[in-house]
Amino acid sequence: MSQSPDDPNLAGPRQRHVEMGVAVFMMVLGAITIFGSLKVGIRWGAEGPKSGFFPFWIGLIIVGTSGFNLFRAYATPNRKLFAQWGQIAQVLKIVWPMTIYVAAVPWLGIYVSSAVLIIGFMRWLGRYGWPLCLGIGLGLQVVVYVTFEKWFLLSLPKGPLEDLLGL
Amino acid sequence: MESIGDLMGGFAVVLSWQNLLYMVIGIVLGVIIGVLPGLGGANGVAILLPLTFSMSPTSAIILLSCIYWGALFGGAITSILFNIPGEPWSVATTFDGHPMAQNGKAGEALTAAFTSSFVGALFAVVVITLAAPLVASFALQFGPAEKFSVFFLAFCSFVGMGKEPPTKTIAAMMLGFALAAVGTDTVTGQLRLTFGSTELLGGFDFLIAVIGLFGIGEILLTMEEGLHFKGKAAGINPAVVLQTWKELPRYWVTSLRSCLIGCWMGITPAGATPASFMSYGIAKRASKNGDKFGTGEIEGVIAPETAAHAAGTSALLPMLSLGVPGSPTAAVLLGGLLIWGLQPGPLLFVEQKEFVWGLIASMYLGNIVGLIVVLTMVPFFAAILRIPFAIIAPVILVICAIGAYTVHNNTFDVVMMMVFGVAGYFLKKCNYPLAPLVLAIVLGDKAEEAFRQSLLISQGSLGVFWSSGLVSTIMTLGLIALFWPFLSNVYGRVLTPALRK
Repeated sequence: MSQSPDDPNLAGPRQRHVEMGVAVFMMVLGAITIFGSLKVGIRWGAEGPKSGFFPFWIGLIIVGTSGFNLFRAYATPNRKLFAQWGQIAQVLKIVWPMTIYVAAVPWLGIYVSSAVLIIGFMRWLGRYGWPLCLGIGLGLQVVVYVTFEKWFLLSLPKGPLEDLLGL
Repeated sequence: MESIGDLMGGFAVVLSWQNLLYMVIGIVLGVIIGVLPGLGGANGVAILLPLTFSMSPTSAIILLSCIYWGALFGGAITSILFNIPGEPWSVATTFDGHPMAQNGKAGEALTAAFTSSFVGALFAVVVITLAAPLVASFALQFGPAEKFSVFFLAFCSFVGMGKEPPTKTIAAMMLGFALAAVGTDTVTGQLRLTFGSTELLGGFDFLIAVIGLFGIGEILLTMEEGLHFKGKAAGINPAVVLQTWKELPRYWVTSLRSCLIGCWMGITPAGATPASFMSYGIAKRASKNGDKFGTGEIEGVIAPETAAHAAGTSALLPMLSLGVPGSPTAAVLLGGLLIWGLQPGPLLFVEQKEFVWGLIASMYLGNIVGLIVVLTMVPFFAAILRIPFAIIAPVILVICAIGAYTVHNNTFDVVMMMVFGVAGYFLKKCNYPLAPLVLAIVLGDKAEEAFRQSLLISQGSLGVFWSSGLVSTIMTLGLIALFWPFLSNVYGRVLTPALRK
C-alpha cells in the first residue's frame, strides 16, 4: 500500500517521529531514575549497597537503550505513518472523556461519573435512543452497587448525590 | 509417587459445591473477558483480584485461575468467528480458523480449537503435577545468587525469544524495574525516587499498571482501528463435535509437538503468543498439507491452540515452584498470592501443601468444566461480541476504573491507570513489549533483594554469580539468551554466506 503524505485522508504523524518521541520520553524517565538514585546514594554503605545502587544502573540502562532506539528511529528513513489524523481523532474521542471522568471521580463519586460517561458516550458516538442509554447507564450502576457494596462489602467513592440519598 | 497422593488430597479440597460453583463462574467470566476487546486474562484477573480479598486463598485462586483458563478458551471464539483475535495468543488461530468458518465449518473449527486447548492444558497440568514438586525441592537449596540467576534467566529469555527489537525489550523491562524501585527500599527501608510526593510513597502497584497498559491501552487501539464486528454464525451441535473428535486423533503428532513447544515456551517465560506462532510455523513446515495452510486446514487450528494453552498453563509451574511467573497473567496471580499472605516459591510446597495441590487439582477440573462450558455456550458468547463497541467501550472503561480503585481504595490509582493506559497505547504502537515491563514491576523488588544479598555475601564482587556450577550454568544460559538476537544476526551474516561458498 503506497501512502502519499499529501493526501489529506492519509496524512498523519510519522511512525519514526513518534518512536523518537517515545525514546526521548524514556530517556527522561531514565534520567529521573538516575537523579533520584544519586540523591539516596549509589555506593556502599554500612549495610552493603545503598538504596540507589540498583536503580542507578537500571536508569543507566534505560538511558543507554533508549538512546540507541532514538538513534535507530532517526537513522532509519521510513515514511510509514503512526496513524492517520482521522484515527487519532477517533482515539481522542475516548481519551478526553476518560480524562474528565478520571478527574471527576474524586468529586462526584464513581456512580454519577460512570453513568454520565456511559450515557454520554452511547448518545454521542453510538447515537442510541435515550431509553437504551439511560437503561444501560443507570442499570450498570445498580448492578455495581449491589455487587460491590452489598455482596463483597467494598466501598466505592461516593459524591454529593449519594450523601443526599443517604447511601 | 508421593505427588499422586498429594494430588488426591487436592481433589478432596477442591470438590466442594462452593468451589465447583466458583469454577463455573470463573470460566464463564473468563470466556467473556477473552471475547471482549480491552479485557484480557491479565487485566481481567487484576480487576477481580480485590473482590477475592475476603475469600479463602484456595477458593480465590480457583476462581481467578479459572478466569485465566476461560480467557484462553475465549480467544479462539473471536478468532474463528470474527477474524479478530480476542487475545494476542489467538492471532495464529485466525490464519486457518477463520477460513474454516468462511467455508461453513465454524463448528468443526471451534470444536478442534477447544479440544486442542484442552489437550494442551491437560498435558501442561500433568507436567506441573510431576515436575513442580521436584523443581521446588531442588530450589529449596537456592541461595540469593541462585535466586538472582533464575530471575536473570527469566528476563533474558524475553530478549532472546521476543519478536520485538532487543533494545526495546530491554528498555521496557528496565522501565518496569525503575517503577518497581519507587517507594520504600525493601532492604534498608529507606524512601527513594518519590521526590517528596506522598502518592508515590507506596510505589507503583503492578495491578494498576496491568489494568492501564492492557485494558485502557487495548481500548484505545481498538478505537483507532474503528472495529466493525462482522461475524460468521456459530453453530455447534453434538453431531459436529463427535464428527470432529473422530477426526482429531489423526493429528496426534502435531498435538504432541505443540504440547512440547507450548510447555517449553511457557516455563521459560516467552509466553503463549510466541508459542502459538512457533507451533503454527513448525506444523506448516512439517505437515504434508503445509501448502494448504491458511485456507482452512484443521491442523492449522490444532497447532497454535494446543501450544497457546499448554504455554498458558505451564507458565504457572515456575510461578508456583520458583516464584517466577511465566506470563503476565501468572504474574498477576503471583501478586494475588502475596496479597493473600502466601509466599510463592519452593517453600509453598512445604508450608501450603493443601493450597498448592488444591490449585493443581483445580487445573484438571477447571479445564474439563471449561471444555463443557465453551462447547455448550458458544452462541451466547458470540452474541456478546455482537454488542456494538459504542456500548461495550464505556462499560469496560468503567469496570477498569472500578478495578483500579478497589486495589487500594484510592482515586489517585484511577488517574495512574489512565496514565498507564495512554503510555500502553504508545508503547504498543511503537513495538515495545508490555509483558516484560509488567513482570519487572512484579519481580523488581525480589530481584533487587537477591542481587544485593548476593553482593553482600561476596563483598561486592560479581564473581559470586559464577561461584558454583549451578549458578554459573544458569547465568551463562541467561547471557546466551540475552545476546541471542545478536549471535543469530552474526551467524546469519558471517557464517551463512561462508557456508555457501
